[in-house]
Amino acid sequence: MIEVQHLTKRYGPFTAVDDVSFKVERGEILGFLGPNGAGKTTTMRILTGYMPPSEGKAVVAGFDVIDQPIDAKRRTGYLPETPPLYPDMNVRDYLMFCASIKGVARADRRSRVNAAMERTRVADMAQRHCGKLSKGYRQRVGLAQALLHNPDVLILDEPTAGLDPKQIIETRELIKELAGDHTIVLSTHILPEVSQTCQRVVIINKGRVVAVDTPDNLTAKLGGSQTTYVQLDPLGADAAAALSALPGVTHVGAADTRDGVVGLEVQSESGRDIRRELAAAIVTRGWGLLELRPVRMSLEEIFLHLTTEESAAAPAAPEVANE
Amino acid sequence: MNNALAIAHKELKGYFASPIAWVMMGFFAILYGWFFAAILMAFERQSAQMGAMGMGAPTINLNEQLIRPFFLNVSVIFLFALPLITMRTYAEEKRSGTIELLLTAPLTDVEIVVGKFLGAMGLILAILAVTLPHVAVLFVFAKPEWKPLLTTYFGFLLMSGCFVAVGLFISSLTRNQIIAGMVTFAVFLMLWVVDWMGAFMGPRAQQVFEYLSITRHFEDFTKGVLDTRHIVYYASFITFGLFLTARSVDSERWRG
Repeated sequence: MIEVQHLTKRYGPFTAVDDVSFKVERGEILGFLGPNGAGKTTTMRILTGYMPPSEGKAVVAGFDVIDQPIDAKRRTGYLPETPPLYPDMNVRDYLMFCASIKGVARADRRSRVNAAMERTRVADMAQRHCGKLSKGYRQRVGLAQALLHNPDVLILDEPTAGLDPKQIIETRELIKELAGDHTIVLSTHILPEVSQTCQRVVIINKGRVVAVDTPDNLTAKLGGSQTTYVQLDPLGADAAAALSALPGVTHVGAADTRDGVVGLEVQSESGRDIRRELAAAIVTRGWGLLELRPVRMSLEEIFLHLTTEESAAAPAAPEVANE
Repeated sequence: MNNALAIAHKELKGYFASPIAWVMMGFFAILYGWFFAAILMAFERQSAQMGAMGMGAPTINLNEQLIRPFFLNVSVIFLFALPLITMRTYAEEKRSGTIELLLTAPLTDVEIVVGKFLGAMGLILAILAVTLPHVAVLFVFAKPEWKPLLTTYFGFLLMSGCFVAVGLFISSLTRNQIIAGMVTFAVFLMLWVVDWMGAFMGPRAQQVFEYLSITRHFEDFTKGVLDTRHIVYYASFITFGLFLTARSVDSERWRG
């Protein structure tokens, strides 16, 4: 549905997006993850035809965004970072205007606007001026605007930014609901959002793609070493040394102390489950085993790992300014 | 074309929803009424003096002596008011981010520019409509010629169109409304007085400068003359202004 090939965007000497390629299948939700200023917004602006790339090409719903911009735009709904609302217009008038410029036939406009307002739950604000809406409603009206012409592709730039927790959950639910009929690309710098809503993740840093995979695979693959958390009581004086001696264990360190009970983090080679050996070793020595669980590397850690590794590998990369 | 009309409709609605249109029409009515009364009184005295000197009414002409000076005054008000209308057209959209809506909608740059142009012209029509009651009064109490009056309105719209085209272009260059307004005003004033220099630069230069002056071309319209030279001048001026605006918006995309 979306195909991006070797996309590069330069602003003068500064490269905002550097050789980015990825694909999005029909009906999929792709998360675009990266720190602020990584090039997420620039990539989305290229996909929506707002600006042309310096190099490379992007095909959306079968149409090249540079050569056939009108056809591509007709099939794309876009929610920019700040919802593009006219403060002096009321919600219904605004959506009617959006419907007219997005090529919705005159006869269908009213019903489409009503449907979009129902779907995004803004119908009760239909007569309110856009300038007087709360942040949550603004975001939802922006989303309604993107849905109006029933586009094949939805591009959402930080759709949950600035919302309260309840609104964030509602918006995520809505996005998941939409995924069946629409192909969705959403950007975020909030990691749990990706694991909760997206089927696939593109991690981008300093304009470059550092990883493309499912959230689960990323967690599994990039775990690097495996960590197991154990809590012992009483803690033998030689516990750390004894556990380190087990085959496969690379490192043992204190994790925390809860109610006087010390927790240990046992790191082992990846792909090797040491829980059985670990439990057996503890029990045979007569220590009380209170807790034993695998610690999975969270997406946060993977993200930090990837983005810092990238900058360490390419120290000469130019500093990315926030647009 | 439908897309351009949709934009024009939105622009016009915006002018009337934010009270810009009402404020402009209201204050225009005050200024305009003042000018009208002053010129009417001057005309009255002049015709009384002429009458006393034994010259009959036919020697003084309502169109020449009253309606013409009158529209020259209106054009001065417009010189100040038009930058206020055009300065926000693009600058405001860029500042608030709504330009992203327009540029990612299935519209061409030309449709957006033409829509904005037509929207501003709609507001100008509404402001000009304020003058109609006064003109109607003239028809009740005297016999002005209606044909020169019609060409005056027509020429006035064309002249305003040129200013709007320039104003749109300048607004498209910045995201700051104050800068857009100030520069537009300076350029309008320049276009207004560009022929003043001509008199001192020899006959050939004078011709060139007079041809460039936007207001010079308006004068024939107030006399009831429809000269294609002037119409072509205005039409090409507007087209060029809108073309530059469309290019400016497009170049913004490339520069980011």
